[in-house]
Amino acid sequence: MKYLHMMLVLLTVVLLGSTTAMAEVPSPKIPKGNAEQCVEPTQEMRVNHMEYILHQRDETVYWGVRTKKHSFKECINCHTVKDDAGKAVTFKDERHFCNSCHTYTAVKIDCFECHASTPTAKSGANPHSSINSLIKMSAAGSKE
Amino acid sequence: MKKVNYLEIEGRSGGFLALLGVLGVILLAGLVGMYHMEHNGHYVTGMDNQIVWGMPHVFAVFLIVAASGALNVASIGTVFGKAMYKPLGRLSSLLAIALLAGGLMVLVLDLGRPDRLVVAMTYYNFKSIFAWNIILYNGFFAIVVVYLWMMMQQSMNKYYKAAGFFAFFWRLILTTGTGSIFGFLVARQAYDAAIMAPMFIIMSFAFGLAIFLLVLMLGYRWTERPLGDEMVRKLKNLLGVFVAAVMYFVLVYHLTNLYATEHHGVEKFILAGESEHTTIFWFMQILVGGVAPLAILYSKLGASRMWIGIASILVILGGLAQMYVIIIGGQAYPLDIFPGMEIINSSFADGNSYHAYTPSLAETLLGISGFAVALLIVTLGVRVLRFMPDSLSDKDVDPHHKG
Amino acid sequence: MSKPEAASNGMNRRKFLGAGAATAAGLSVAPGISLISVAEAKPVDQTISSDQRWGMLIDTNKCAKGCSACVDACNDENGLNTGDEQRSRQEQKAQWIRKVDLRDKLTGHEVSLPLMCQHCENPPCVDVCPTGASFKREDNVVLVDKHICIGCRYCMMACPYKARSFIHEELTNQLEYSPRGKGTVESCTLCVHRIDEDTANPRDPACAEACNAEGHKAMIFGDLKDANSDVSKALKQHSSKAIREDLGLNPGIRYRGI
Repeated sequence: MKYLHMMLVLLTVVLLGSTTAMAEVPSPKIPKGNAEQCVEPTQEMRVNHMEYILHQRDETVYWGVRTKKHSFKECINCHTVKDDAGKAVTFKDERHFCNSCHTYTAVKIDCFECHASTPTAKSGANPHSSINSLIKMSAAGSKE
Repeated sequence: MKKVNYLEIEGRSGGFLALLGVLGVILLAGLVGMYHMEHNGHYVTGMDNQIVWGMPHVFAVFLIVAASGALNVASIGTVFGKAMYKPLGRLSSLLAIALLAGGLMVLVLDLGRPDRLVVAMTYYNFKSIFAWNIILYNGFFAIVVVYLWMMMQQSMNKYYKAAGFFAFFWRLILTTGTGSIFGFLVARQAYDAAIMAPMFIIMSFAFGLAIFLLVLMLGYRWTERPLGDEMVRKLKNLLGVFVAAVMYFVLVYHLTNLYATEHHGVEKFILAGESEHTTIFWFMQILVGGVAPLAILYSKLGASRMWIGIASILVILGGLAQMYVIIIGGQAYPLDIFPGMEIINSSFADGNSYHAYTPSLAETLLGISGFAVALLIVTLGVRVLRFMPDSLSDKDVDPHHKG
Repeated sequence: MSKPEAASNGMNRRKFLGAGAATAAGLSVAPGISLISVAEAKPVDQTISSDQRWGMLIDTNKCAKGCSACVDACNDENGLNTGDEQRSRQEQKAQWIRKVDLRDKLTGHEVSLPLMCQHCENPPCVDVCPTGASFKREDNVVLVDKHICIGCRYCMMACPYKARSFIHEELTNQLEYSPRGKGTVESCTLCVHRIDEDTANPRDPACAEACNAEGHKAMIFGDLKDANSDVSKALKQHSSKAIREDLGLNPGIRYRGI
């Protein structure tokens, strides 16, 4: 089953490569991440990104492991696509990194029903902040 | 007594198509309701964080309970060896499968994430009664299908008794499991009672038989096949016994609760409160669903098939009312989080007043469509396969029939 | 993941000083082994362990009636009811922590307290969950794995504290460390995202932090298995109670003054 899956993905990738060359068939425009290189080789990530994400998911949910390397948060942080106004686009936008390929391959993903599809503001506070988050921040500050 | 001859129904009449049409429309309405709920989220329903299970559960649990009860007729023939019931075995099994399918459809479509049904089938927490039930329901389908196969294929007939025994025990466990969904909930005053399991079994006898009687009488009337008075009389008397038994269990359940001071609050709420649950309990469950059918079945009216049909409908309505009082009423009574304390203020609807529930049209339609699914399966089933004997006249089925 | 290594680099300064002579005796039994479990810093790549159990002591005498700092802080921290959940009715909106005012029926004594998931040792929600989505971490934090939650709401039926909420509508703008979405059940996480940053000296959950910031200091958070944690010391010193103690669930949240 797993091999079948890998073969299918490889086939898709190969086909994508060849069709790009042919140019008359539309191909997905996959935006580059914000770093030079992804956490694993690009080809490996194209085929197996879900394996890494799933593995890390269970490590985090059940075992409290919150390393950054394969974390979903970091995927989102790095693979942001900004709109003309310079604001990161959400999964609702077809330009979103995940959408660029998943729309093309018609593979539905469930991640963004719950997960944020754009980076959270760096302060760590809720974008809809109120007086409480100010209190919180000052409390956190005094603790250092 | 001649050999029983099973035959498909012809299924060409306008009535047959009209029946399919009506059931199809009800099913469609339910699916539209479901789409509305699932697309928007449960905020469009009457359910909330207090009443977490609403109308769909009332119908789903009723149908699931009735499903195991509908198999009873077959069991009486196979397990208890009553010859007269044997020709009814196939229809009884078909109805059981159909009702379970209808109930489960409603249950699944009311989930927050029905798209994750495959998760429910692949991840199991074996301490969960729900997880047992998933296995029990799937098993029930498989076992009853095998049972039907043993009954319907002549070369397999020699095994049908064993399959029938197995199906009978499985259905008892299944209904125990369904009752235990509530019986094992220590948190809620209205539940947390071991009597829930046997009470659900006896409820299944009554609800399942009421539906079976209706299907049998209407099916034979519409197909103009003979159905003997003696058979109908036996079944309606049995229904009376089951209805009385349900009332007995309800009585014991409430008496037990009334004895313990701890439970006086919830008893007062259900039996003598100001909410709709008191009305539904006394008027719908006890009067309409209990006293009235008993009066019909055991009086002169009980000789008329029309009145037996009415009594069966009343038992079904009373059963739905009973489910409503158990499921909604049990949640409407506030949790006793702080015994001895009075909650004077809370931002999360704790407190001393009960939780109100107003079902939306969508969730009610979804619930009702469970019936439509069950009856569609039966209607189509008897059309394509040989479930119904061409005659159930007394002289054809009763070995002791005189005359 | 070698234990001695973790112990050597993980011994937190504050905890070490706080532990004092009593722990020193415990530590001397054998190198690397302690009789009293000492919180060890967990590097983010290591797993949580059952050597710790997170809990809280809530002093209702210090909890101010009418104050909802903890509730607001929780909502902010986890992105609850923040502009998104507008379609849900009040009874449908998520609330992980709530304020409840009580009056003793006999004496008339009134108390105010925050109520949330009690992080039971024997949680009924975990027992009833058909898929195992409702689970208890090694450190006894009770969570929902929303990846496998099917939204059956049986846990909400089973919880004696009504601590869980169902999400009744589609959400957007979730926070990165607080994923939540339509059709699943959720409840207080004891701010695990804070705990996991540094298990030796975790930041207080948002509620307790806000309570401290308000100056009430009614909520003491910490490791119940570490005899030297603030919460363990406070629990040892004063009598406290669990809500619905009769159910034998052994909750990690304890209360004084009820």
